[in-house]
Amino acid sequence: MAATDRRQLVRSGLLLLLALVPFGHQAIAATLPVDNVDVLYHRYDGGGMVIDGPSVLVRKGIGSSVSFSGQYYVDSVSAASVDVLATASPYEEERNEYTFGVDYLHDKSILSLGFTNSTENDYEANTVYFSVSQEFFGGMSTVTMGYASGWDEVGRVGNDSFSEEADRRNYQLGLSQVVTRNSLVGLDLEVVTDEGFLQNPYRQNRYIDPNDSTAFLYQPERYPETRTSTSVAMRALYYLPYRASIRGEYRYFSDTWGINAHTVELGYVHGLTQRWTLEGSVRYYSQNEADFYSDLFPFENSQTHLARDKELSSLSGTTLAVGAVYEWKQTSLPGIDRLQFSLLVDWLNFDYDNFRDVTAAGDFLPGEEPLYSFDAYVTRASLILEY
Amino acid sequence: MKASIKSLAVAGILACLSPLAGAEAINVPAPDFTLESRSGENLRLEDHRGEVVMLNFWASWCGPCRQEMPLMDELYSQYKDLGFTILAVNVDENREEAHRFLDKVPVNYPILYDPESSVSELYEVQAMPTTVMIDRNGNARYLHYGYQPGYEDEYEQQIRELVRE
Amino acid sequence: MRSLSIFTVSALLAASFAVSGCSSVKPWVKPYERDNLADPVMSLSRHGKADSYMHHVYQARESARGAEGGSGGGCGCN
Repeated sequence: MAATDRRQLVRSGLLLLLALVPFGHQAIAATLPVDNVDVLYHRYDGGGMVIDGPSVLVRKGIGSSVSFSGQYYVDSVSAASVDVLATASPYEEERNEYTFGVDYLHDKSILSLGFTNSTENDYEANTVYFSVSQEFFGGMSTVTMGYASGWDEVGRVGNDSFSEEADRRNYQLGLSQVVTRNSLVGLDLEVVTDEGFLQNPYRQNRYIDPNDSTAFLYQPERYPETRTSTSVAMRALYYLPYRASIRGEYRYFSDTWGINAHTVELGYVHGLTQRWTLEGSVRYYSQNEADFYSDLFPFENSQTHLARDKELSSLSGTTLAVGAVYEWKQTSLPGIDRLQFSLLVDWLNFDYDNFRDVTAAGDFLPGEEPLYSFDAYVTRASLILEY
Repeated sequence: MKASIKSLAVAGILACLSPLAGAEAINVPAPDFTLESRSGENLRLEDHRGEVVMLNFWASWCGPCRQEMPLMDELYSQYKDLGFTILAVNVDENREEAHRFLDKVPVNYPILYDPESSVSELYEVQAMPTTVMIDRNGNARYLHYGYQPGYEDEYEQQIRELVRE
Repeated sequence: MRSLSIFTVSALLAASFAVSGCSSVKPWVKPYERDNLADPVMSLSRHGKADSYMHHVYQARESARGAEGGSGGGCGCN
């Protein structure tokens, strides 16, 4: 019998056998994340803020279809940012976050369920999330759908009677598609809706003093109680003729507060040796300001909604990032299958187009202060051990 | 003939809606092939006629392969004297990768190299790893796609059954 | 609600795309052809929690949020 005839036979045997299998979707052997410990030290330093802390994640499978994970995360904040200096005094605080998750492998799909609780002295956030991920088309396509629901309690230090709430829902859809042996593309969509108290209770906005036009006064922020945003992102990753990859990403963002934003990122990863890789990336971000944003309002309560939160200003940001990764597969260490250590340093720079620095030295008329800008370094040291 | 084409077409459509299950029974002749082995000599499937052959397709970058190969090595040492062998076809393009992997995950059964993917194509390998159980008469009897903990028990059960035939 | 319906439509489109690939086109990158795709240099979320931390850094300083990716998958290597 010729090889091709036999091949036909294998094929027909296979197809017939498939016809007998109950209805489902074409998917091949999804696998749960492997057992691992992921330890991270992170530090953010810039714009008067220093935020650092550890993060520890432990993941352990039970049997062949269930994997549990738990994460503890800390932000130790030392704050003396421009917002703080303008209207308050520098402070220190700590945020603690716990996440528990379970992943369940069922019939070639992975179902994930989790809960996150984050607390600081004036804010508590809770989130439950659920997602389903499935491979299709001979493993060339992966579709992920996710839903998250969050409810936050907003407090205010020094005012025990202040208590507000905010609810949040995230709808996520992701498609990852293998295009060739050397390239893959990803498409992500996320819609987020918020409802409730959405502003920062400490921040204030300013208006021209009606009795003295060379001075300004502060009034509380007043945001809409709902916000819906949509983000669409495309990514492409290409394996170069040598052991290296280039990556390109673009994201478009739009929300009901009138903000549109664009994010572009280019990355390069270079395999130096079997175990060492170096990486670098450039990211550019820009947004326009919210409909109700102003650096300086003309008079008190001049409009329904008032904001001078610099995150709602028109701004642009640039990031330059470098990193080195040491990856040791099949280690000789007892009980450890794979070790990965990464040191990543990012330099971020933000320029505000309509947020002025009221703390700037010198005599300025309201609205004539220099525009604010700052830069920051983000350092991450990460150790991942698979066992 | 017309009917069989029709049934194939129907099967094809259904195949699109069906999962490739972990393990299934079939009974079709296993296509013959010859590949270079780790020892340097060429190995031919036909030459193992009369033995039960566990034909395994694996890659150095395949996580589940790393899990199942030590278990397969245990099966190999346990059943090789009963007319059983394993032929493990490595699909890596770069043979160095396979060697590095085998240094860390040592196995005693024969490793074959298929850098051009000709045998993988011949068997229409649908997942990594893929395992085909071939009986003493050269017929493919069981197909396994992927690996999940517990598959080794199915392997052993099928090896026992086929060795007894 | 408007954005919700956008979400639903997109979900259906993506799902039909993923399934329709099956009827006429066969997967053209075979499971045994994924050496390069399986290489960690081709991972979009290689650094685990260090990657999600960066999303958090940006979300606190920019208005944009969501669709950061990192949902994993892609290679179909296993």
